[in-house]
Amino acid sequence: MIGAAGAVLAAAVGLILYALNDQIVFFQSPTDVVEKGIGPGQRIRLGGLVEEGSVVRADDAHVTFSVTDTSNTVKVTYTGILPDLFREGQGVVTEGMVGPDGVFVADNVLAKHDENYVPKEVAEALKKQGVWKGDN
Amino acid sequence: MIVELGHFALVLALVLSLVQSVLPVTGALKGDNRLMAVAPPVSVMLFLLVGLSFAALTMAYVTSDFSVVNVWENSHSTKPLIYKISGVWGNHEGSVLLWVLILVFFGALVGAFGSNIPAPLRSATLSVQAWITAGFLLFILATSNPFARIAQAPIEGNDLNPILQDIGLAIHPPLLYVGYVGFSITFSFAVAALMLGRIDAAWARWVRPWTLLAWVFLTLGISMGSYWAYYELGWGGWWFWDPVENASLMPWLAGTALLHSALVMEKREALKVWTILLAIFTFSLSLLGTFLVRSGVLTSVHAFATDPARGIFILVLLCLFIGGSLTLYAWRAPMLKQGGLFAPISREGSLVLNNLFLTAATVAVFVGTLYPLALDIVTGEKISVGAPFFNLTFGPILVPLLMAIPFGPVLAWKRGDLLAASQRLYAAFGIALAACLFCFWLWGMKMVLAPLGVGLAVWVMVGAAAEILGRIRLRDVGLARGISRLTGLPGSVWGTAIAHFGVGVTLLGIVTASAFQVEQIRTMKPQDIVSLEGFDMTFEGAVPRKGPNYTEEVAHFTVRQGGVEIARLDPSKRVYTARQMPTTEAAILTLGVSQLYLSLGESRGDGAVDVRVYYKPLITLIWIGCVIMAFGGLVSIADRRLRVGAPKPARKSKAAAPAAQPAE
Repeated sequence: MIGAAGAVLAAAVGLILYALNDQIVFFQSPTDVVEKGIGPGQRIRLGGLVEEGSVVRADDAHVTFSVTDTSNTVKVTYTGILPDLFREGQGVVTEGMVGPDGVFVADNVLAKHDENYVPKEVAEALKKQGVWKGDN
Repeated sequence: MIVELGHFALVLALVLSLVQSVLPVTGALKGDNRLMAVAPPVSVMLFLLVGLSFAALTMAYVTSDFSVVNVWENSHSTKPLIYKISGVWGNHEGSVLLWVLILVFFGALVGAFGSNIPAPLRSATLSVQAWITAGFLLFILATSNPFARIAQAPIEGNDLNPILQDIGLAIHPPLLYVGYVGFSITFSFAVAALMLGRIDAAWARWVRPWTLLAWVFLTLGISMGSYWAYYELGWGGWWFWDPVENASLMPWLAGTALLHSALVMEKREALKVWTILLAIFTFSLSLLGTFLVRSGVLTSVHAFATDPARGIFILVLLCLFIGGSLTLYAWRAPMLKQGGLFAPISREGSLVLNNLFLTAATVAVFVGTLYPLALDIVTGEKISVGAPFFNLTFGPILVPLLMAIPFGPVLAWKRGDLLAASQRLYAAFGIALAACLFCFWLWGMKMVLAPLGVGLAVWVMVGAAAEILGRIRLRDVGLARGISRLTGLPGSVWGTAIAHFGVGVTLLGIVTASAFQVEQIRTMKPQDIVSLEGFDMTFEGAVPRKGPNYTEEVAHFTVRQGGVEIARLDPSKRVYTARQMPTTEAAILTLGVSQLYLSLGESRGDGAVDVRVYYKPLITLIWIGCVIMAFGGLVSIADRRLRVGAPKPARKSKAAAPAAQPAE
C-alpha cells in the first residue's frame, strides 16, 4: 500500500513538473518581444497600453490594435468580443503567439484590472521603461 | 450613534474573545469545571456582539449613511435595497466582518448545541476558536475598521462595483464563507484534541457533522460563484483556474479528503494521525485563500482596496495559526496510538486511495496557484499558469479517483473482496460501456476523450445507484420488502450514494459542455439572422433603457426553432452612472439542461453590434451536480447515528488478517 501511495505521488509530482516546464506562459512587454526576438511558436502574454488611435474594427468582431510600452510597439490581431474595459490609452494583457508576419495573434484579451484600469504586470513593465505616471 | 455602537460591540467582542481564549482551555487542562463552564455562554455572547456589529453596519448601508467611509466608498443612494444589503460584504472591511461573524457563529453552534461533546474537549475547542476570533477581530480593528467616519459627510456615495451589483453577491459570498470559515471549527477540534491528548473514534464522530456542514456550504458556494461568473462576466466560461477560484477549490479538495478519512477514523480508529493533519491543512488552506484574496497579492474582482499593512497582518496571522498548529502536531502526534489494521483491498483501503488522489490534486492546484507568485518574488519573472497546466495535472490525477468511486462503498471494511465487489458492479459497468460505445457510434471516432468522459460519468452515476440497489437486494427479497429496506437505509448510506451520483452529474456536464460547445461571433445589423445548432436568432434592433442607477442599450433577439418562435432574448450593455463603468449583461435561454448564451460586444454606431452566441449542451448539469452533492451531504448530516448523544464505543477487533498492513 505504501508502494502504491509512493507511485501515485511520484506520478503526480512528475506530471506537475512536466506541466510547469511546458504549460506556463511568460509575461512580456513589447520591448521584451522586440529585444529578445520572441518568434512564432512561443506562447506569451503580451501586456502594455493600447496605443491611441490604433484600434481598427472589422466585421465579425475582427479587431486590430497596437500594444505599446512607449519604447516599442507590437501590432495585435484578435477575433472576439473585447472586455468591457478595453480602451485606447488603457492597459491590456493579451495572450497568444507572434505570427510569421510579426503580428501578434491573440486568442485571449484579458479584462482583469485593478482600480486604475491597469493590470499589475503592465504597470510594472511600464515602470521598468520609466514611463509610469501613476501614483505608486 | 448606531455606528458607534457597532464599533463598540466589536471592541467588546475582542475583549470577550481574549477571555474565552484563556479560561476554558485552562479549565480543560486542569480539570476545573467552573472555568470550563465559561465557554458555552461566552461563545453565544460573542456571536451576539459580532452580530450586533454586523447589523449596525447593515443599518448604515440601508440608510445610506455616507458619513461612514465604508458606506460612502461602496454605496449609492439610488442603489436597489437588495444591493445595499449585499453591498455590506461587497468590500474589504465588510467581508472580513462577515468572515468573523461566521467564525463566531460556528463557535456559538458548538456552544449551544454541542452538549453531547465532553466538556474538556468542547471548552478547549471553543478556546481555540476564540484565538482565531481574537486574531481576526484585532485585524479588523487595527487595519480594516468598517465604522470609520468622515468629518464632513458627502451627499452621495461612490457606488458599488457594478459587476457586484447582482443577486449573486447576496448568495455566493455568504455560502462560500460558511464553508470556508466553517472548517475553522474542525481545526479547533483538532488542535483541542492534540492539546488534551485524547483522539479516538468518538472524536471523529463529533467532528464529522461539522465538517459535513462546512463542506456542504463550500460546495454550494463554489458552484454558485461559478454560475455567477458564467452569466455575469459575459465570457461564457464557468471555471477559469483563476487563483481566486483555486483558493476556494483547495480547501474543498482537502475538506473532501477529510470527510472520507474521518470516516475511517470513526469506524475503525485508523488514520488518526492523518485525519488530524488534514483537519489542520483544510483550515490552513482556507486561511491561505483568505490571504490570497484579501491581501491584494492577486489582481481580481475579489481584491478590493489593497493596503500592504493588511497583507502583512494576515500573513502574520497565517504563520501563527498554521505554524503553531503544525508545531503542536509535530509534538503530540507521535503519542497517538495506531488504530485498527486493514488490508489494502478494503473500504479503508479505498478511502486511503481517495485521500491519496485528492491530496495529490490539492498539491497540483497549490503549485499552479502559488508558483507564479513565488517565481515573481524570487526572480521577478512574470508568468501565468492557466488552464493548460491544470488540465494536464488535475485531470489525470482525478480520473483514477473517479474510476474508483463506485468500488469504495461496495467494499467491506477491514478486508474486502475485489471480485465480489466487481460482481455487484457488473451491470453498472455494462451500462457505462454501452453509453461510451453509443457515443462513439453517435459522434464517430474524431473525438476520443468525450465518449470516454461520458462513459466515466455514467459509470460514477450508475455505480452510485448500484450501491443502493445492492444494499436492498431487490432480487432476493421482492419489491415490497425491497422498498421497506430502501427507506430503512441509514442516512449516511443515502448521503454517500447521492453525493457520488452528483459527482457523476457534474462530470457529465463538464464533458459535454467542453466538448460540444458551439460558438459564433458575428457583426449583426437589424434583421440579420445568426443560426446555431438549429436555432435561428434574429436581431430585432437595439433600444436604450434606463435602470435605477445605470443606463443600458438593450438588443432584442427573437429565437426561432424550425420557423417557430420559442423565446425572446434581451442581452444588454450597461453603463453604471456613478462610476461610469460599462458591463455586459448576457442573455441566457435554458432549454432543458442545455443553454443558449448570447452576449454583446461593442456597438458599432451604425445600428450594428458584435454578437457572440454559444450553444452549451447539458451545461447546467455542472451546477445541478454540485447541488446534488451538497444535498447528499445534508442527508448524511441528518443521519440519526451522528446526532445520538453517547457514541457507541468502536467495536474492538484485533482479528487483523495476516496480509494486513498498518494503516499509516
